[in-house]
Amino acid sequence: MSKLFMFEKPIGMRDTFPHLYSLKKEIRMNIENEMMNWGYEFMETPALEYDETVGEASAILDQQLFKLLDQQGRTLVLRPDMTTPIARVAASKLLKDRNPLRLAYAANLFRAQQREGGRPAEFEQIGVELIGDSTVSADAETIALMASVLKASGLKDFTIAVGHVGFLQELFLQIVGTEERAEKLRKHLYEKNYVGYRKHVDSLPLSSIDKKRLIDVLHIQGNGGSIEKAEALLEGEGGRGALRELEELLSVLKDYGVEDYVKMDVSLVSHMSYYTGVLFEVYADNVGFVLGNGGRYDNLLKKFGAEVGATGFGIRMDYLMEALGKSVVQAQPALILFSAERRKEAAAKAAEFRENQQPVIVQDVKGVTDLDSFTAGFKEVYSFIGKAGDQA
Amino acid sequence: MKELTIAMPKGRIFEEAVVMLKEAGYNLPPEFDDSRKLIIEVPEENLRFILAKPMDVPTYVEHGVADIGIAGKDVMLEEERHVYELLDLKISHCYLAVAGLPDTEMNEVAPRIATKYPNVASSYFREQGEQVEIIKLNGSIEIAPIIGLTDRIVDIVSTGRTLKENGLVEYEHIVDITSRLIANPVSYRLMHDRISEMTDRLEKVVNG
Repeated sequence: MSKLFMFEKPIGMRDTFPHLYSLKKEIRMNIENEMMNWGYEFMETPALEYDETVGEASAILDQQLFKLLDQQGRTLVLRPDMTTPIARVAASKLLKDRNPLRLAYAANLFRAQQREGGRPAEFEQIGVELIGDSTVSADAETIALMASVLKASGLKDFTIAVGHVGFLQELFLQIVGTEERAEKLRKHLYEKNYVGYRKHVDSLPLSSIDKKRLIDVLHIQGNGGSIEKAEALLEGEGGRGALRELEELLSVLKDYGVEDYVKMDVSLVSHMSYYTGVLFEVYADNVGFVLGNGGRYDNLLKKFGAEVGATGFGIRMDYLMEALGKSVVQAQPALILFSAERRKEAAAKAAEFRENQQPVIVQDVKGVTDLDSFTAGFKEVYSFIGKAGDQA
Repeated sequence: MKELTIAMPKGRIFEEAVVMLKEAGYNLPPEFDDSRKLIIEVPEENLRFILAKPMDVPTYVEHGVADIGIAGKDVMLEEERHVYELLDLKISHCYLAVAGLPDTEMNEVAPRIATKYPNVASSYFREQGEQVEIIKLNGSIEIAPIIGLTDRIVDIVSTGRTLKENGLVEYEHIVDITSRLIANPVSYRLMHDRISEMTDRLEKVVNG
């Protein structure tokens, strides 16, 4: 291994420079305000958790966790998501005071380092969890809120794809008979390997009609008629419940006025066993990665001892900033230069600025080596230099 | 409407893929094949082609700078990118194999394998219950056993001629390889109609 240069930081870690910080803060503030307007309360949890509890319960794969040991030799993880720590707090404490519970967070998450660029090992996520409510209204609320916060952040073009775990699960069960065989089909879809899926379907001892049902399901997308098309693939009762839920969801989303952002997609699959009902992903035109995602996860709270359902979403700040692509014009501070004999005047002038919430820098001229290049960075410059009354 | 960006591998697969796209009814200019440009616009079809090293195609597609691409299954297995594998184009048939000098055994203490595909080789041998040491080479892999660098190689075999000419024999067949149509996950959802239309048209060509 080569010796480190002094400027280097660990792989996957990024600095946030001042202009980027302001931009991030502005976006975060707009989103936070919107979430609070919907009655969500913000909270924080520690960056470190036990591997045995939060690490185990998290949907993030073990090899993606950042691990370290504490002094007692217990394995700790840097939190890989916020949903699991919030589930821990909700189940052990907050649900006793209020149920359903509406919580929000903006926090840095950690995932194992990867050699290649474009995959930060630490990134900010902002999101909500609606815990204790298993109705379709709760699913709709999170999706409508997601659309609403994205609009509040200034994003205009985005698409939320919405699916339901239950439909594919039941369709596969009806056709291939056992959970084990259905799992194989789901695995291909989860790995995005449609070629493997088709080959697997071809190799199954099924009628050509059933094979066609398995292939056709990949092509159902869009709001007009896709639920009917999906329903036509089903035989028997299983799976219809999921479609009814999607139907109801779509109609609630219409009431919220966000149906234009939403696209039904029954072939949407996400993490293999984490989501238990409605699930969704959001995309922006100009970013190649999924901006944010969410869904219903009714099994997680059980792991922490509370028998309640929950739903929520998280948005990646880094991808959102890429999608917004804008840079804020920072409020430029004014500059007051002073020499020692007029320090008092300078301080009084600065106090005036600050009282009006205007940023101002007060700088002793003796502290600056190159005065011309320093002052060139400011539009508004006041000098309190030399004898009193000499203001330039 | 936004143009669809396609990452194409330079070389032999490119020519075969262009023939397929033409057969699928895409109106590509006649001089398309022998252009030396790295980016080719085809405004008539609202398409843009990026010419890339075969190994790099999934990278462009994963990062979304190309919406779709054509990549060998060997590259897909090696790179494990988060992209959709939509269609087996059934061109550029070949396979990955383990080869070495005839009548030799692998070293028992530290069996060594030379390959351009360290991931594929490593997971193949692990699945066989063998722990091997991988040495990555970028070309002329066949030399490795001849000059005593490694016991075996893992490489692409299409006709077997190169192995034969270098006095090597095939020991194990790992997996068959063909070229695949791949798509960026976001593009696949946002430009679904255009991408699935292309998939359908190409599928008809594949099935003759």
